Amino acid sequence: MQTYKLTVNGQAKEVTVDPSTPLLWVLREELKMTGTKYGCGISACGACTVHLAGIATRSCVVPISLVGDRAIVTIEGIGEDRVGRAVQDAWISEDVVQCGYCQSGQIMSAVALLKSIAKPNDANVEASMGGNLCRCGTYVRIRKAIMTASQRLA
Amino acid sequence: MLRPRASRMQRAAVLVVTVLMWSSSHMAAAQGGTPTEASKQAGLAAWQQMYSVLTNPRCINCHTATDYPEQGDDRHRHLFNVVRGPGGKGVPGLNCATCHQGANADSTGVPGAYNWHLAPLSMRWQDGNDKILPSADICRSVSDQSKEGLDIVHHHQQEPLVLWAFEPGRRRDGTARARPPLTHEEFVSATRTWVEAGMPCPSNP
Repeated sequence: MQTYKLTVNGQAKEVTVDPSTPLLWVLREELKMTGTKYGCGISACGACTVHLAGIATRSCVVPISLVGDRAIVTIEGIGEDRVGRAVQDAWISEDVVQCGYCQSGQIMSAVALLKSIAKPNDANVEASMGGNLCRCGTYVRIRKAIMTASQRLA
Repeated sequence: MLRPRASRMQRAAVLVVTVLMWSSSHMAAAQGGTPTEASKQAGLAAWQQMYSVLTNPRCINCHTATDYPEQGDDRHRHLFNVVRGPGGKGVPGLNCATCHQGANADSTGVPGAYNWHLAPLSMRWQDGNDKILPSADICRSVSDQSKEGLDIVHHHQQEPLVLWAFEPGRRRDGTARARPPLTHEEFVSATRTWVEAGMPCPSNP
């Protein structure tokens, strides 16, 4: 067991866990932040996506020992960000969600996209969101919501 | 008393001349001078050793000509819809760093090293159908880029992603990833021999 000091959504946290523990389980089990979801556990579905130093990151495959001092932002904190707020609002207005399980990961990836490409085209959306799966098939509404958020942020 | 001193001076002079000759022949070859037939043959043999490493899955999986990296010893297309992206580091929301961290994550099976990314298309060692290019073609590519300023010995000696290939970590099931056929030291030594021989390349078959 080892103690790690983390910055999660701007707040200092301290956890004592095995160094091999994935960040996902530190968030969910140690910090009780359950907005980030476990989907596949092998980075194949994107449900566990958080931001690590601004990079959309699959928290299920990143051991806590490799996080270092990089700031962590989760779905619980992304609404504090201007782009994050716009994406969440667009998700609501476009009524994206069906079952909702994958949506926190979808939103985290969408925010990462819009922070890099303010006016994405369809190809940008497909490439950037290609690693986030949705069994309900909400992809069309996800794309529309990203475009809506982009327009509102312009 | 004079004879031993003269003998020592003679031996020292011979040693200095020998070292200078060796250095100048190697420097001449390295700087584009005419290598001997023997050194050219040694260089070609060294190149084939290099080729065996460069085309090993640990290396060539990220030296693709396609819009995606490859994975595994069977060099299958990278899963999860990963794409090259404009800088070879994926795209926003799906960067290489989305999964690959600065070191191997053996507990989750994800390989990692500093600045994980695809090699640029100028260093592709496969064709558009993921077929490995012939030895002569890759040799000319590496040779041309070396003549344009790439320090290939330094690259093979220091580049974190090259170093990773020789310490590729473990898969999710705990088994070790296969390593290239040479050790890193042997690979660097072969590279140095090839450069010192004037970077000779085999002919196309």
